[in-house]
Amino acid sequence: MAQAEEKIVYERPHSLAKFVTNYCPGCTHGIVNRLVAEVIDELGIEGETIGVSPVGCSVMMYNFFNCDFLEAAHGRAPAVATGVKRVHPDKVVFAYQGDGDLASIGMAETVHAATRGEKLTIIFINNAIYGMTGGQMAPTSLPNQVTQTSPYGRDVSTAGYPVRVCELLSSLDGVAYLERVTVDSPKNIRKAKKAIKKAFQNQIDGIGYSLVEVVSTCPTNWGMTPTDAFEWMRENMLPYYPLGVYRDVVAEGFANAAEAAAARAADCPIAMADNPQLAALPSKQKVEDAMNKAQGGER
Amino acid sequence: MAEKVLMKGNEAIAESAIRAGCRFFFGYPITPQTELAAYMAKRMPKEGGTYLQAESEVAAINMVYGASAAGARVMTSSSSPGVSLKSEGVSYIAGADLPCLIINIERGGPGLGSIQPSQSDYWQATRALGHGDFQMVVYAPSTVQEMADLAYGAFDIADKYRTPVMILGDGMLGQMMEPVELPEPRTELPEKPWATTGHGNKREKNIANSLYLVAEELEKTNFERFERYEVIKANEQMSEEVDCEDADIIVVAFGASSRIARSAVRAAREEGIKAGLFRPITLWPFPTDALKATVGKAKAYLSVEMNMGQMVDDVRLVVEGAAPVDFYGRTGGVIPTPAEVLDKIRQINEGLGE
Amino acid sequence: MEEMRVVFAGFGGQGLLFAGKVVAYAGLLDDHEVSWLPSYGPEMRGGTANCSVTLSDEPIGSPLIMNPNVLIAMNNPSFIKFENEVTPGGKIFIDTSLVNKKPEREDCEVFELEATNMAEEAGLKGLANIVLVGKMLKETGFCSYETIEAAIRKTVPARKAALIDKNLEALKLGMQ
Repeated sequence: MAQAEEKIVYERPHSLAKFVTNYCPGCTHGIVNRLVAEVIDELGIEGETIGVSPVGCSVMMYNFFNCDFLEAAHGRAPAVATGVKRVHPDKVVFAYQGDGDLASIGMAETVHAATRGEKLTIIFINNAIYGMTGGQMAPTSLPNQVTQTSPYGRDVSTAGYPVRVCELLSSLDGVAYLERVTVDSPKNIRKAKKAIKKAFQNQIDGIGYSLVEVVSTCPTNWGMTPTDAFEWMRENMLPYYPLGVYRDVVAEGFANAAEAAAARAADCPIAMADNPQLAALPSKQKVEDAMNKAQGGER
Repeated sequence: MAEKVLMKGNEAIAESAIRAGCRFFFGYPITPQTELAAYMAKRMPKEGGTYLQAESEVAAINMVYGASAAGARVMTSSSSPGVSLKSEGVSYIAGADLPCLIINIERGGPGLGSIQPSQSDYWQATRALGHGDFQMVVYAPSTVQEMADLAYGAFDIADKYRTPVMILGDGMLGQMMEPVELPEPRTELPEKPWATTGHGNKREKNIANSLYLVAEELEKTNFERFERYEVIKANEQMSEEVDCEDADIIVVAFGASSRIARSAVRAAREEGIKAGLFRPITLWPFPTDALKATVGKAKAYLSVEMNMGQMVDDVRLVVEGAAPVDFYGRTGGVIPTPAEVLDKIRQINEGLGE
Repeated sequence: MEEMRVVFAGFGGQGLLFAGKVVAYAGLLDDHEVSWLPSYGPEMRGGTANCSVTLSDEPIGSPLIMNPNVLIAMNNPSFIKFENEVTPGGKIFIDTSLVNKKPEREDCEVFELEATNMAEEAGLKGLANIVLVGKMLKETGFCSYETIEAAIRKTVPARKAALIDKNLEALKLGMQ
């Protein structure tokens, strides 16, 4: 009579739709999409979540998820998400963007949504190449990296240097949380999920703008097998884009981004005009130490 | 009856929009629409609304896209160079069938141009502000009262047809003050079951999107949208006629230039010239039906514009060669005078005598 | 009424737009057609600022006045710019505290008063604009005193209500 109890160890997250994605075999988008869906399920927020998809390989994400979704113009996801969030401040709004979308054509939208402290969650896929259009140079392509539009390797004397997004955003007062992760191993996938969950939880708790950068691969356009791609990523991308926490105002001892910003501006009378609890705030030095640390990542 | 107050056109649009239930304004500073944004910055917080100065026109219109998809009555305002920047977002808004109000307080162009009044964005507004197959409803008010009334009604039209609506004004109308009676605040707004508000586990998911990778699917949505445009053309044309019944010469003019044309037509009548004024209030849909009714009776048409001759194309499309269609315009921010227009009317009238 | 087209011209900061608004409000209160149009842009930053106010019983065509029948000039550049635009028979009001160019029009009625000095001596610094409106009202009679007083009360912003009496004093000074 004793039957083995059925134990489900793996199933499709509810918030992930039954839809065949357009992602290439071995692409990290599939992993990260799933992590986002798992987090939405675990937080029980599918009905309260509104996603914004970018232009890039994840352009059709609105088909892959079961929550409400908007498709934004190239680079404009943070502006579109801002519009949604301002109308529904009590809902959870996230944008999912690639490197070209977030750090090239949408850099202004990225920086300003961050500095406004929009309570958004941004998932940033950095694979150092334009995937959808067939492998052109990205703002995050490495020096000497060969792409379709840097056929002799990215020449920094003419094409300039890659953008380190977490480091760049870490100086902005509106930012609550920045972490760079990767998904090349079960251990790192678990770490990535933890970071994504924190970025969503921060929004729910009203702590501030949160961004998780996922250092990723593009086996198709890199011209490698998925495992070789991970190897190349570990060898070349991780030294340039070190993993770690670049900003976490809560870990620094603040309630939210606004409090951290106030502490940093403690010596500026006009900035502090509406902040009577100045004395209760951690010291300015503490913030500056945190900022300095952030510039180098916390590894 | 509400008390009449003296207000700038820019301010009247803003106040009227708030009364129409608009609680979200996203914009970027530019002359000569500045007072509109400034008014919103002052009023919106008091109405529990949002005024957000975006990092760019591009960001502003994309915030409009997000807020509109999220179900809100939302608007943005700018002036010619800034409106060009918005064209990307407007195309996406039209493609996703989202309602919103866009204000263009035109100035002289092209390029950075001048900051003086102009109507040189007529083509841009009526032919499609952005890439792809789409149109939007375009209103051309000529008084501050009309700016208030059209801004108020524009949100209803936008929601009804799920389309962006533009009010095409200019620096003169935006900056001038006239007495205005403001509309009563709206208490009820239409339901938007299509909005991306979070499905709350109560309905299927909603998507705001303009991407269709299967060509036939995109064609189908474009066909559907253009069927809606036919309904708009049938129901929403607006125009005003002054002394057109017996007119030999019909002056066609909209917005600020129609005010000048009105003075010129009045002066022409005083001289015994049978002139009339036809004033399109909707530029898209162009008031084809009303103008068509004058064809066969009028002996000549004159389009008066503050540009190099843009609406005159639409007048010719209606008149279809049945009578000569002439053009008079000043450009670059120069405002034509009634005397100049009167001279042109006289000239045409002399030609008729032959 | 016969259409009244007033150009107020001078430097930015002299309260020309405000004076124009008072006259426009008076027109509104008397149920006339009214338009008020400022010059705008960089010229407002200290150059020749001006504003056009039309009061009429017909719908107003262009709010931009090309041929004023009333000119109020509060500096030399403005007076030079507009003197010859005034229609014959028009009225020209000059603040001679600030304008030293002699008027050349003989087909217009010219009224010269040291409005700025008068205002300062009466402890009404900054209200030469309203002194000139008072003078203009006296010479044109475009509305009643009750109307202009009500217009001033409407035009002075609520947070500056204390200034209403000063404005009325300035008005009366000009009307003397």
